[in-house]
Amino acid sequence: MNRLGKFGLVIIAIFFLVALLAPLLAPYDPRVQTPAKPGQSREERYQPSREHLLGQDDLGRDVLSRVMHGAKVSMQVGVMVVLISALLGMMIGAISGYYGGWIDRFFSGFLFNVFMSFPSLLLAIAMVAFLGPSLRNLILALSIIGWVGYARLIRGQVLKVREYDFVTAARAIGTGDFRIILRHILPNAIQPLIVQASLGMAGAVLSEASLSFLGLGVPPPTPSWGAMLNDARPFLRDAPHLLIFPGIAVMLTVLAFNFVGDGLREWLDPKQKR
Amino acid sequence: MQILLALAKRLVLVLPVVWAVVTLVFLLIHIVPGDPVRNALGENATEQQLIELRQKLGLDLPLSQQYVNYWKGLLRGDFGASLVSGEDVFEKIMSRYPATIQLALAGLVVAILIAIPLGVTAGTNQGNWLDNVASVVSLLGISTPGFVLGPLMVYLFAIKFDLLPVGGRDGIEYLILPAITMGAALAAILTRMVRSSVIEELGEDYVRTARAKGLSEGQVIYKHVLKNGLIPVVTVLGLQFGVLLAGAIITETIFSWPGLGRLTVDAINARDYPVVQGCILMIALTYIVANVLTDFAYRLLDPRIKVE
Repeated sequence: MNRLGKFGLVIIAIFFLVALLAPLLAPYDPRVQTPAKPGQSREERYQPSREHLLGQDDLGRDVLSRVMHGAKVSMQVGVMVVLISALLGMMIGAISGYYGGWIDRFFSGFLFNVFMSFPSLLLAIAMVAFLGPSLRNLILALSIIGWVGYARLIRGQVLKVREYDFVTAARAIGTGDFRIILRHILPNAIQPLIVQASLGMAGAVLSEASLSFLGLGVPPPTPSWGAMLNDARPFLRDAPHLLIFPGIAVMLTVLAFNFVGDGLREWLDPKQKR
Repeated sequence: MQILLALAKRLVLVLPVVWAVVTLVFLLIHIVPGDPVRNALGENATEQQLIELRQKLGLDLPLSQQYVNYWKGLLRGDFGASLVSGEDVFEKIMSRYPATIQLALAGLVVAILIAIPLGVTAGTNQGNWLDNVASVVSLLGISTPGFVLGPLMVYLFAIKFDLLPVGGRDGIEYLILPAITMGAALAAILTRMVRSSVIEELGEDYVRTARAKGLSEGQVIYKHVLKNGLIPVVTVLGLQFGVLLAGAIITETIFSWPGLGRLTVDAINARDYPVVQGCILMIALTYIVANVLTDFAYRLLDPRIKVE
């Protein structure tokens, strides 16, 4: 893989570790509000210090601990959304491409178009707005907007692969449809899926942060980067770092997954090298 | 005349999609867990108030009847009434609509103004440092979400250096920061497209011909290469216009821009369901129309694709 891709992998590994080990690594409980020390002004409390490396937010919570725990929500949502939407998309895409006919016309001619005629973020906002904000609903909404990409991809691959001789051979010896799709077609369509999954992680992390920014993410006091960014806005004048640290976290994560996605694409398909 | 007919045909083709979108938006209020009416009125509502509101919204009718009524209303331009203020939802939306379109168009302009020079520079300098700089800039743009870029620019340009207003909508100076926030990610995507388009076109025979007849490199690029190279970019613009509209929900929140996006967020917070439904429907429909129009423009621009 290219250098940027490897760099991305390292960043992702770090964020995953932080997410998993947040309770151990974080210096404070991210929900605990520490009152100002005697003689300490509000402005002073914001500032990074030896006890609070990235400072404290307006409620006196430790920013470093919140950024670390925020990784947990982002990674959790990202992984779940990619898993669910990839599985769903694979199933629908494979069925649509393999059977063709009216099934394909319904899925790829109609259903894909409906989902693509909604800006994806808008659909997620709409669903969470009506279902109510929670971790489960967030994952649900992002999976529902996410599957179409995988389905289209797999459908295209299946259309290509199903004409290969080994599929005809498998059918000739009486292999069932389900087994053909699972054992013969999907393994041959998996490479672009991995690339899509990496880019999908970037998209899911970004969407999660967007929804949390709008107050439609995981409800407080659970720390999430998007919510931290929104909370920081009224205090920009005195404490711009409240915005900058979670902002960097979101950007690094998204950038890393994009690097890995691009890197994988090149690595798996040397023809695309620019 | 023929063109109008072709346009009408395309619009007919999207009718099933419009039907599905309207149906989805109609169903939204039915996925609310528990009782949407109680949610909207709060815990202290009396039984009488609940019944009245349910009747007003038609939620006491069978689902099929509600669906028919919803369609009848939409076709008359009746999107229902706000639960909070009782105002007509359609009027409310229309009063905010121009602000959002203005913002989205401004975002589009910003994106194009950044992407074309940057993409052309990268494409004509393929592989050298200028290309690398452009790549890094566009990757940064893709990875910087509006809700980070927007507040950051507010801090720098409005608070620290006091050059531009923090938010609101008045003169042109109020448009600058929101438009950049909206357009940055799109600029990054377009830059990549313009770059690869330029590289591809530069290998064509007509470029050699143009150079051979003595045109300057600038003339070759801007008169010949871009003319062909921008065609695929136009398709993306239509798709991205819808993404901009959804992004307006975030940008308008950051800059207190009085458009559809902010109306949506306010209505969500107030659990004003009919307003939320109306806003979402309006954004989705605008998106569909924008797509049809770009698809059409694309066919007009490229005579190789038959308009039919």
